[in-house]
Amino acid sequence: MLSIKNIMKQYAAHTALNNVSLEVASGSIFGLLGPNGAGKTSLIRIINQITAPDQGEIFFNGEKLSPHHIARIGYLPEERGLYKKMEIGEQMIYLARLKGLSKGEALSRIKYWFERMEMESWWKKKVEDLSKGMQQKVQFVATVLHNPDLIILDEPFSGFDPVNAALIKDEILELNRNGATIIFSTHRMESVEELCNHIALINKAEKILDGSVKDIRNSYRNNTYKIAFQGELGSGNITSPIFEVLHAKELEGNTELTIQLMNGITSNDALAYLIPRVQIQEVREVIPSINDIFIQKVKDIS
Amino acid sequence: MNKVLLIIRREYLSRVKKKSFLLLTFLVPLLIIGMYALIFALSVKGGDTLTVVSVLDESGLFEDKLKDTRTVVFQEIDLDIKQAKKEVQKDDEYFLLYIPSSIGNEINPELYSQKKTGLAVQGDIENQMKEVMRAKMLNDAGIDINTLAKIKPEVNIITKELTVEGEKDSNAGAAYGIGIACAILIYMSLFIYGAQVMRGVIEEKTSRIVEVIISSVRPFQLMMGKIIGIGLVGLTQFLLWVILSAGLMTLSTNFLMKEEIQKQQTGQTLQGNVSVDTMPANNSPSMGVIKAIQTINFGYILTLFFVYFLGGYLLYSALFAAVGSAVDSETETQQFMFPMTLPLLFTYIMSFSFIINNPDSSLSFWLSIIPLTSPIAMLVRIPFGVPVWELVLSISLLIAGFIFTTWVAARVYRVGILMYGKRASYKELIKWFNYKE
Repeated sequence: MLSIKNIMKQYAAHTALNNVSLEVASGSIFGLLGPNGAGKTSLIRIINQITAPDQGEIFFNGEKLSPHHIARIGYLPEERGLYKKMEIGEQMIYLARLKGLSKGEALSRIKYWFERMEMESWWKKKVEDLSKGMQQKVQFVATVLHNPDLIILDEPFSGFDPVNAALIKDEILELNRNGATIIFSTHRMESVEELCNHIALINKAEKILDGSVKDIRNSYRNNTYKIAFQGELGSGNITSPIFEVLHAKELEGNTELTIQLMNGITSNDALAYLIPRVQIQEVREVIPSINDIFIQKVKDIS
Repeated sequence: MNKVLLIIRREYLSRVKKKSFLLLTFLVPLLIIGMYALIFALSVKGGDTLTVVSVLDESGLFEDKLKDTRTVVFQEIDLDIKQAKKEVQKDDEYFLLYIPSSIGNEINPELYSQKKTGLAVQGDIENQMKEVMRAKMLNDAGIDINTLAKIKPEVNIITKELTVEGEKDSNAGAAYGIGIACAILIYMSLFIYGAQVMRGVIEEKTSRIVEVIISSVRPFQLMMGKIIGIGLVGLTQFLLWVILSAGLMTLSTNFLMKEEIQKQQTGQTLQGNVSVDTMPANNSPSMGVIKAIQTINFGYILTLFFVYFLGGYLLYSALFAAVGSAVDSETETQQFMFPMTLPLLFTYIMSFSFIINNPDSSLSFWLSIIPLTSPIAMLVRIPFGVPVWELVLSISLLIAGFIFTTWVAARVYRVGILMYGKRASYKELIKWFNYKE
């Protein structure tokens, strides 16, 4: 869908993107993650052709990215905004036509979305008369009106109340099921973790990690488990030949251990060791969150 | 439809549909006509109320000599000054002119009333008394007033411009008026519409819609669409003003001309002045104004007005757009606005003080050639006649000028509109200008 190759972008003395390459597969939900100021928005603006890269190329469905692709992309900027004094309906038509839709086409699409989002009565209203949540809904509709193949959402859930956020999330998933490729960009990694099937981590203008969420998390599994049990495992420090105790916590006669298994040892081995000694209540593998992975990765590099 | 056209359409319609636009469009011609009518009404009919002045003349110099005018009626009274003052206190319509007995040629009359005396009334009385005193003094000096009245040299300079095309009537007064009017109009409209462009850019930037728009169109397209759209609003407004004013003007002129002729026939005099009888009928002031206005080539001046308005507007509004893109609110625009408006302000002031009196001097020439100042300076000169080659040079430079400012502005604009919350300085602007695409 989208091939980003060796993008460089420099603003005077500041490097915004340093040799960034990414592949976004068609039909995927792609998370572009990284802290504020990492270069996410710069990259998104380059994909939207708002700015041009100093070096590097982008291919859209195999074609070199060019102005006519704009009609295929829907973009929700981090900084949301609409004309405050313009009627919603008129504004929607204007934005849709700027994306290349004919007036008739624009009208029928807007009708469809307004019905779907229960906004029919807003047509004659002005943006300044709407609540913040309502404005966000309008903005979202404006982003997807022209039925884009690629939808880029910069910090999509900031500013939404939980109800609207869930609504928008469902709509995005629905669009994805219908074939649209989605790019999420956010610094709040936990918010999109469960939505994305691919992610790329960007830090200080460089891509430090990318791949499918499953693969990345699997590669960062380090045989760590949380085990809760009742009973005494021995006095003082708990030691075992097959695992190392990272952390122990006692609460009302219950103990919760965080253990890391030695190489070649499975969780079953650990249980076999424990079962004769204590009453097991809960066993859970500790899988690092994307946030943890990011922090660890940044640490590794520096 | 082309995207720039869409933007132009939105910018244009959203402004033309506003109530304030309609109000201004119809109100201004009415105001112009209203003023026009008021001037006529005042010069022809006199709008003052009649003031009755009671004259207590102790000097005896003014007996039967003060003549009633359109504003003042005199009546001589024979009362003690104390009694007379009491009359004033009793009646608020009572005006008392007290002339104490004079010593030599000095005279210090006093005017008593409850209300303030109008300037016209006061001036009228003063003038009449001066005349009476003058006659007395002339008489005292042995000069016969009748002889003096007969000696009335009459010189009327008829100004003719001698050009290659032959001679034609010129009217310096009318040229003066038109020149000043054009300078004021251009100066104001450059600011009004330029500021609208700036406000539009700031609005898009602060409402954050700009990023949505420029993900669909190039920043340059958005900027040009806005500039052209607002420019068309300006042209629409001017055209409507011209049409409405011309229509109303023709109507009122016809009406006034008719009335004027009737007045001449009934033998009414205009100023209560004896010499009116000897005046040729078409020399009355209102007829003079009408004649002077008719000597002006409106088509030529209007065409050039539109050319220079457009050129000047395009040149300055691009700069206004760049300023708008650099700031987050209108209050921050000051530091950029001042140097930008300086050439305009300078030319504006020069128009009244210098160019209008020396339209062919070399300073006037240069001001009307340099693109930053020519929209105002050239329009002041045009009613006095400007050679074609100067016009061609000035307009070509103006076109080159706005292409240049638009190019510079676009480079600043494309970066500025995406810079939120950054306080822009000149250094910053130069940096933006040098950014690659």
